[in-house]
Amino acid sequence: MTTLKRILGLAALACAAALAGMYWLGTREDAVAPAVQDADAGTLLERGRYLARLGNCAACHTTAGGQPYAGGTPVPTPFGTFYGPNITPDPETGIGGWSADDFWRALHDGKAPGGRLLYPAFPYTEYTRVSREDADALFAYLRSVPAVRQPSRPHELDFPYDRRPLLAFWRALYFRAGDEAADPGRPPQWLRGRYLVQGLGHCAACHAPRNAMGATRDAGQLPGGMIAGLDWYAPPLNGDPVAGLGRWSEQDVADLLRTGLSAHSTASGPMAEVVLGSSQYLTGDDALAMASYLKSLPATPSPPPASAPSAALMEQGRKLYGQQCAQCHQEDGRGSAPAWPALAGNPTVTAPSAANLVRVVLDGGYAPATAANPRPHGMPPFGVALSDNDIAAVATYVRNAWGNRGGAVRSLEVKRLRDAAR
Amino acid sequence: MPVPNFSRCKPRLPRPALLGAALALACAAAAAPAQTTLQPGTMQARVAACTACHGDQGRAGQDGYYPRLAGKPRDYLYHQLLNFRDGLRQYRPMNHLLQGLPDDYLREIAGYFADQHVPYPPPAAAGAPATLLEHGRRLATVGDAARGLPACAACHGDAFGGLAPAIPGLLGLPRDYIGAQIGGWKNGLRRAAAPDCMADVADKLQAEDIAALSAWLAAQPVAEPYVPQPTGTLRLPAECGSQAQR
Repeated sequence: MTTLKRILGLAALACAAALAGMYWLGTREDAVAPAVQDADAGTLLERGRYLARLGNCAACHTTAGGQPYAGGTPVPTPFGTFYGPNITPDPETGIGGWSADDFWRALHDGKAPGGRLLYPAFPYTEYTRVSREDADALFAYLRSVPAVRQPSRPHELDFPYDRRPLLAFWRALYFRAGDEAADPGRPPQWLRGRYLVQGLGHCAACHAPRNAMGATRDAGQLPGGMIAGLDWYAPPLNGDPVAGLGRWSEQDVADLLRTGLSAHSTASGPMAEVVLGSSQYLTGDDALAMASYLKSLPATPSPPPASAPSAALMEQGRKLYGQQCAQCHQEDGRGSAPAWPALAGNPTVTAPSAANLVRVVLDGGYAPATAANPRPHGMPPFGVALSDNDIAAVATYVRNAWGNRGGAVRSLEVKRLRDAAR
Repeated sequence: MPVPNFSRCKPRLPRPALLGAALALACAAAAAPAQTTLQPGTMQARVAACTACHGDQGRAGQDGYYPRLAGKPRDYLYHQLLNFRDGLRQYRPMNHLLQGLPDDYLREIAGYFADQHVPYPPPAAAGAPATLLEHGRRLATVGDAARGLPACAACHGDAFGGLAPAIPGLLGLPRDYIGAQIGGWKNGLRRAAAPDCMADVADKLQAEDIAALSAWLAAQPVAEPYVPQPTGTLRLPAECGSQAQR
C-alpha cells in the first residue's frame, strides 16, 4: 500500500513538474531585439504602410465600411469566433499606450503588455519571423492612423478555449519565437520571398492544414487543405502539378498576387480578399521574390485522381452548362481571358475539393478589383436560380469535361455549402 | 443594345390568318428578353452578374422580388451599391457580390443602369380590398398631416417618378419588394445618409399602412416617359441626407 502511495505521489509530482515545465516554456520571455533606427520618419511611415498591407492587418482589424484598424471583424474558427481588436492609437480602447517594444513583443512573442498571452488567431506563429526593423515601421504607421475610441469586441469562444492562461501549454507544444534558419546557399531573392511568405504574408495560416488544436502542420511545405471555419479550400502552394503551382511560371504567380488574374485561374473567395486588401500592393520585385520561394517548394503527395462520374450526371451537367455557362466560358471551356477564365485545366475547377467551385457557382462574385483590373467582370450568383442537384450536375460536368479529372460532386455537398454560406 | 423592336412586328396589310399567327409568334419572340451575345469588355458584360437576377438591362427579374434598376436615378443606384458593399443595406448575395469594388466602378455601374430605358410591363392585378387600396392612395398622394406623414409624392414626385439625383421612383416595383423595403427602413435594416428622412417616415408607418402602400403603388400603371423630376423641382418636407451625398 505504501509503495503504491509512493508511486502515485511520485507520478503526481512528475506530472506537476511537467506541467510547470510546459507553463514555463509557454510563457518565458524571448529576448527583445534592440530597435534599429536607420530611416527618417517619413520613410519609416511609408514602409509601415506597405508592410501593413502586406500583412493584411486590415482583414481582421477593419470591418467593411468601418474605421481603419478600429477592429470588429469576426474570424470564425472551430474554437469559436474571434474579433479583431482595435489597433488604432486610442490610449484606452486601442494600442495608444503601447511602446515599440510592446508591439515587437506582440508580433515576435505573441504577448500583450503585462505578459497577457495572445490567441494564435493573431498569426504571431508567422509574424515571429518579422524583423525588428519592419516591426518598428509597422508600429510607426499604426501610430499615424486616426485614433478611434471603440472598445474591442470580446471573443466568443467555447470552453475551455476561453481560458487564456491555458495558451501557455499550447505555446509550449506549438510555438517557438524566432527567425528562420539562415540559408546561405540561397540567393537574396529567394530569402526575401521566404521572409515574406513565411512571415508577414502568413500564407500558412490558410495554405497549411491544422491539427485538432488549431496549430498548423507542415507550414514549411504549404500543402494546402480546407480552411477550418471558412469552408473554402486553400490549394497547395508548392510544386503539385494539378492543384498546386507545378505548371505555373514565377510570373504567373506574381500576376495572380498583383492582379488577381493569371493564365491558370482567377483569385476567388478568401484569396480574392487577400489580393484586394494585400497582395495587389506588392512591388513587382517582392511578388517575384515570393514566387521564386514558392516555386522552390517540392510537391507534397496529392490524393489519387477521382473516379469518373456517371454518364447520366455528365449529360445533365452538359445541358445546364450549355444553357447557363457557355455564353461566357465557351462550349469548349476555354473562356475568354481575362474577363472569363478558362475552366479547362483551371486548378480551382479541378481541385481535390470541389468547395471553391461550388461556392463560386452558388454565390458568384467579381474578380478582385486591382490597379491592373479596376473594372473586373463578375460571375452571377447561380444559387438563387439553380437547385442543389443542378449545381452538382454542372459542377460535375466542368470538373470532368475537356480533359479535367476532378470527379463527381454530390448534391449533398452543394446543400452543405449553401447552408454554410448563410 | 437589345431593346426589342416592336415596330417591325406591326402587320402593314391584312393577310390570311396563318400569316397573322406567324407574325404573332414572331412578335412574342421579339418581346421576350433578347438572347444577346456578350462581348467581354463591354459594360453589358461587366454587369452580367447583376442582370442574371435583375433582368436584361436591369428591367427587373421575373420572380417578383428582384427590383428594376433601369432608369432609376443615378445617385440613388450609386448609394445603394455603396450601402450594400459597406453593409449598410443587408442582402447577402449583394453584400458578397460587391465586396471590394471601388467607388468609381460602382458609380459607373449605377450610371449604366440609370441610362437604360426599357418599357414598363403593365402592373400585376391588385388583388387587395378597395378600402385598403384607397388607404394606400391617400397616404401616397395626400399623406396624413395628423400623424406627421408627408405624402410619398412630396419627395418621390407627383408622378412617383423620383427626384434627381438620389430619390427613386416608386412605380413598376413588385408589391413584396415595396413592403419588404419599408419594413427594412422601419426596423433599421435599411438606412441612408443622415438625416435619414425615409427612416423617420417609415418609423411612423403601421403594418396596415405598409400593406396599403405596397398594394396601391404596385398596382399603378407606369405612364411613359417615366423619369425622375429634375433636381430642385420639389421643395422637400424634410431634409434628406441622400440628396446631398456624393
